[in-house]
Amino acid sequence: MADEKDLELEKAKAAAAAKAKAAAAAKAKAAALAKANGNAEQTAPQEESTAAQPQAVENAAPAEASSAAATGADDLADAKAKAIAAAKAKAAAAAAAKAKAMANAGGDESPAVDGDDAKAKAIAAAKAKAAAAAAAKAKAMANAGGDESPAADGDDAKAKAIAAAKAKAAAVAAAKAKAAGDAAAVESGAAPEAEKPSKNRPKLELIVKKITDRFGADVIEDSYINFLAKELPTVVIKKESWFEVARFLREEPELAFEYLSDLHGIDHETHMEVFYVLQSYRTGLVLSVRVKTERDGGELPSLTPIWSGANWQEREVYDLLGVRFTGHPDLRRMFLPDDWVGHPLRKDYVQYDEEV
Amino acid sequence: MIRTEEMLLNVGPQHPSTHGVFRLLIKIDGETIVEAIPICGYLHRGTEKLAEDLNYTQIIPYTDRMDYVSAMTTNYVLVHAVETMMGIEIPERAEYLRVIVMELQRIASHLVWFGTYLLDLGALSPFLYAFKEREKILQLFTELCGARLTYNYMRVGGVKWDIPDEGWLKRVKQFIDGFKKEWEGYHQFVTGNEIVQARLKGIGKYDAETAIKYSLSGVNLRCTGVKWDLRKNEPYSIYDRFDFEVPTATEGDCYSRYLLRMAEMEESRKIVEQALQQFPSGGEIMAKVPKIIKPPVGETYVRIESPRGEIGTYIYSKGRPNPYRLHFRRPSMINLQILPELLKGENIANMVTILGGIDIILGEVDC
Repeated sequence: MADEKDLELEKAKAAAAAKAKAAAAAKAKAAALAKANGNAEQTAPQEESTAAQPQAVENAAPAEASSAAATGADDLADAKAKAIAAAKAKAAAAAAAKAKAMANAGGDESPAVDGDDAKAKAIAAAKAKAAAAAAAKAKAMANAGGDESPAADGDDAKAKAIAAAKAKAAAVAAAKAKAAGDAAAVESGAAPEAEKPSKNRPKLELIVKKITDRFGADVIEDSYINFLAKELPTVVIKKESWFEVARFLREEPELAFEYLSDLHGIDHETHMEVFYVLQSYRTGLVLSVRVKTERDGGELPSLTPIWSGANWQEREVYDLLGVRFTGHPDLRRMFLPDDWVGHPLRKDYVQYDEEV
Repeated sequence: MIRTEEMLLNVGPQHPSTHGVFRLLIKIDGETIVEAIPICGYLHRGTEKLAEDLNYTQIIPYTDRMDYVSAMTTNYVLVHAVETMMGIEIPERAEYLRVIVMELQRIASHLVWFGTYLLDLGALSPFLYAFKEREKILQLFTELCGARLTYNYMRVGGVKWDIPDEGWLKRVKQFIDGFKKEWEGYHQFVTGNEIVQARLKGIGKYDAETAIKYSLSGVNLRCTGVKWDLRKNEPYSIYDRFDFEVPTATEGDCYSRYLLRMAEMEESRKIVEQALQQFPSGGEIMAKVPKIIKPPVGETYVRIESPRGEIGTYIYSKGRPNPYRLHFRRPSMINLQILPELLKGENIANMVTILGGIDIILGEVDC
């Protein structure tokens, strides 16, 4: 049922996008002139929207398009024609974006709260621009009313403060208005202020309390319910204290995480992260733990002394991502030959021999 | 005076009783294993890396090749993860089709295990009986989706094919009715067999604490008395609608694992039977999903019960058509970790018994 709604929404968006584009093209010259003396912020949005243009039409979700800007081109069959159009619109893009942002902000909330990196960037840029322009307060207010984005990652303290309150109200309205699928997306954003009720919230609070009581609040970087993973309680632990916290999670009778279900690493390009899933048969708790480390030469304590099952999984992470586990009894490559060069799951991995 | 010295023996990777391309380096003193060093990776294809450049529908065939003896459940664990992220509601008919094929697959998978395990122990004929029955399941799957092993049957939002004709459900019913008799026959021929008992009882024994410490799952965990089956404990799909037992044992040896897999076949048969009774007469087999599947930004981790244990999928999505990071928690690989521990001090004749008892699929170990 959500999908039908989505489809309709998308259709509407498509029409809007097409219109906006036509307008943008028409306005191109005038806008270009007007924009020529604009602020420095424009460069980023210009690029974003340029790349986004073709996708916008194809995909019928203009704001979302900018998020997919990097991959956008792949998706298109008729990329070329649109690319030309996009190029034409480039000069006007900034202006168009502004206009579009205003036009879209009311009807299209989801991208604004979505918290995707690329999207966030686009939003941030748009917002910065808005903020700059919004030294004029009346305009800013008009904008912020429909656009919750400042709440998500406000770079400007003032704008944030103003918008935060509105964003919250808007988020509630949006959550109500939107179908279940979208609501999840809203929650998935990093912004934790609007806490959705969850059956697992008391469990998360118990775990967090236990850890804080023992180690202080410093060891926990973040804790939240992951609504995309069946409301999985998640905590982010500092790597310096991770081994002790892990041992505590295992031995504390009220938590008793005696089972290590999963362990794997993720290359976030800015840092490496290892994702653990712990489970207790006695207390029925399930917890996922994320621990960050440096991307190059990153080290984490091995959990093999606590859970023997971590052994091969850590070897796999080492093999494929290059994260070293200190204290591991036998840290060799798990799958690849010992003389293999590099760690293939890293995003910057270059094949030794392209032919292979 | 007998003089013994340690000797290194290489088992595999090309060895039939390693069930694939698993290699084991063992140090033996006479006939006693002093140390066993597993070497994996002969079937490593980098599925997780490949998946980063594919869209979600394109990844499904790769899951067929992961646990190729139970491709339906590996299909499911991927689409289930994406559906969980996107909050897609699956049509009833598709859910029933999924459960029917997954449980038939569990029977087929345990039949492969049953046949080859006894082959490992030196009994040839059970293999023929088991594969005869399994072939009937594969025939049903072929009619349904055109493939014997690599089904590529499930899709995000449902299944690819509806039943080929109304007779298909009848043929499934026919099979499970006939299978009950066959299954009873296995017990008569094999379970009570003195040699089988002598070779399995008390071999490869461990307790619940060890099993949990080594992150074992599935039958390998349940044979120590831990009653844990994700179909019951964290019901996914429509498993909460069926009445079935989770068989457990307390001995923790190869014989109890044998008995549990046999019992699970019967439980799966019961589930299929109930699913056939409840099977909706009409309806869609696909939910309405966008043409380009883009899960929302964020990460998910779901797990289900495969014939080998707890299989999980982790997806980190950036809202694009392809995953930023995809990871499979593969029960075969994690269950295999305990092998060196179990082989220490064992007689070399028990090596294959213990390895086979874990029930690994190399496509899943290496991924």
